Amino acid sequence: MLTNNRPLSPHLQVYRPQLTSILSITHRGTGMFLAFSSPVLVYWLWAIAAGADTYASAQVLFGSSFGRVILFFWSYSLFYHLCNGIRHLAWDAGIGLEIATLYKSGWWVVAMSFGLTVAIWVVGYAARGGSG
Amino acid sequence: MVEFTLPANSKIKRGITHPRSERTNNTKSFKVYRWDPDSGENPRTDLYELDMDRCGPMVLDALIKIKDEIDPSLTFRRSCREGICGSCAMNIDGTNTLACTKPIEDVKSVVKIYPLPHMPVVKDLVPDMTHFYAQYASIKPWLQTRTPAPPDRERLQSKEERARLDGLYECILCACCSTSCPSYWWNADRYLGPAILLQAYRWIVDSRDEATGERLDDLVDPFRLYRCHTIMNCSKTCPKSLNPGKAIAEIKKLIVARR
Repeated sequence: MLTNNRPLSPHLQVYRPQLTSILSITHRGTGMFLAFSSPVLVYWLWAIAAGADTYASAQVLFGSSFGRVILFFWSYSLFYHLCNGIRHLAWDAGIGLEIATLYKSGWWVVAMSFGLTVAIWVVGYAARGGSG
Repeated sequence: MVEFTLPANSKIKRGITHPRSERTNNTKSFKVYRWDPDSGENPRTDLYELDMDRCGPMVLDALIKIKDEIDPSLTFRRSCREGICGSCAMNIDGTNTLACTKPIEDVKSVVKIYPLPHMPVVKDLVPDMTHFYAQYASIKPWLQTRTPAPPDRERLQSKEERARLDGLYECILCACCSTSCPSYWWNADRYLGPAILLQAYRWIVDSRDEATGERLDDLVDPFRLYRCHTIMNCSKTCPKSLNPGKAIAEIKKLIVARR
């Protein structure tokens, strides 16, 4: 598209990050992370089917500190993608596209995604009887 | 195509800091993108310091003051100075808007001014709009009819039919929205972008237009319409407070509804 030696004006370098664009790229990022990590879910299900020993080793893997960090990001991605996905569904129906509404629903997604993530980890640790 | 960095010839170099010409305490700094096609050099950002006691309230006033008093080579488009022509659209303080309606005092620190993002630069703050206008022409922005006009009067609309054009007809095609859209940055060669799609919708919902079906047909395309991912930078930045993102959503709904 550039003719002769004309420079391209700066874009990402100068455009102010804002809720609209940040939530959008996060939606894409979490979606990709969930898609790429879906084989891990398959591995977990396979481990259940493969017997007690395999499942136990899978549990060790997921229970390690590295495993927990990954699971934490995975749970956040899941909740973020879910909440923002609901927002996208509303938009597809033509609802909530005014900027004021958009910002309200955007902050709702931020709050809900963090809230649900914290909640599921609290519930998770409580269910294990606080045994870490 | 997604390219996060600027091409080698577009990287911005350090520019000139123009000395303050007046003695006053009420000053404001303006960092302005400069590129001279005759120099063979890369773009740079020059810094100007202005006496705010002797400057109009809008960013355009500051640009005109710079051109008049400090640097006559500074190049930018302007015409109406009241937000109706769309000529002075540029990136100010990180978002796209009209220099003539953007108050300087809205910007707390240095006022950073760049051309509309991800566009070929003709000179300084003047982007090449050729492709944008060609895209506008491609949606046939005029009334298309099949039936003959009434012999004794114009094609009339009810008040309700006319009201559907509110929020659409006010678009001045300044391109602030399209050049705020990351999707348009990466795919402008095939994606029409928010401004042109809002214009397309303006004709689609016009009760007098009789080419609605063809207009929708032209938009059913993975790129022309559906590169919109509802990022909504467009509606956020529109200096006329219009909602191109919503117009695009309405087009998508019409296409689903007619299946």
